[in-house]
Amino acid sequence: MVITINGESSTIEHGMTVSGLLNSLGVTHQAVAVMVEGAIVSREQFGHVTLQPGQSVEIIRFVGGGY
Amino acid sequence: MSICPDGPVKIGPYAFHSRLFVGTGKYMSDAIMQEAITASGTELVTVALRRVDLSQPKKPSLLEALPSSVKILPNTAGCHTVQDALLVADIARAAGIGDLIKLEMIGDNEWLWPDPILTLEATKRLVQKGFAVMVYTSPDPVLAKHLEDEGAAAVMPLGSPIGSGQGIVNTEVIGRIKERVTRVPIVVDAGIGAAADAAMAMELGADAVLINTAIALAQDPVAMAQAMKWAVMAGRQGFLAGRMTKQWRASASSPAQGQVRAHVPS
Repeated sequence: MVITINGESSTIEHGMTVSGLLNSLGVTHQAVAVMVEGAIVSREQFGHVTLQPGQSVEIIRFVGGGY
Repeated sequence: MSICPDGPVKIGPYAFHSRLFVGTGKYMSDAIMQEAITASGTELVTVALRRVDLSQPKKPSLLEALPSSVKILPNTAGCHTVQDALLVADIARAAGIGDLIKLEMIGDNEWLWPDPILTLEATKRLVQKGFAVMVYTSPDPVLAKHLEDEGAAAVMPLGSPIGSGQGIVNTEVIGRIKERVTRVPIVVDAGIGAAADAAMAMELGADAVLINTAIALAQDPVAMAQAMKWAVMAGRQGFLAGRMTKQWRASASSPAQGQVRAHVPS
């Protein structure tokens, strides 16, 4: 199925959870935030939220920056 | 050695013994940033939030490059609406960083000047949501007082535009802000270019300074980080020690009596 990850179209397995998506992308779970359809997914829910076709996912983390 | 006793600077529920806060942007490498942060002796570092670069998903997180002893201060850099700032704060909290947030609401893209109206509004909303908000603001004593009244955990006036290194353009306004904002710390944030600027901010009564570019873009960032550490300590001690009063006329420091005179034959 196709979803949008950080603005780019991407094909993933059906029934994948947020946790599964992070693992398949190789993104470490530490200090990462995820939004699905604009709503923040709490860390405890990563393994429970199943992604649906056409959904938009944002994966965010901390980068260098002062101001 | 005699030094004036000094406690930590308290921001919300947190206490920091180092009065130098540093940013993590613009460094040539993570290794240099890491070394500079250690040399600065800081206990609080600012970070930004951005989308993960999916072309390099395994790139180590910035947080892994930071000493575990430092507290992380996520900032809302790049936000132009209250809604965006609230979202960034919520995301930082969701990422497990806690409730300390630096609010930065930019109203002018060329000068990166804070938007006072949106800054005040976003401060109110973030405080309601339980964040300890360190507010980047234009150097205005009245606005600073409003921010304190709305529950800001620290008020952070700019010295000059972000990344400009111009120092503290209006020195007296920092003193005026300090005189009005009495319950929370004042942090001079943005514009510091040299160690002398950092010392001056502290001498003017600031409780701390936040520095990024002046360290990251110094020719030797690690040495500059240490210079800033000393400058902040020197400035703070200079403030606590109490400066002499300025005088219009000169005043000799050697005794007026017993001066040596050349013999002039009459």
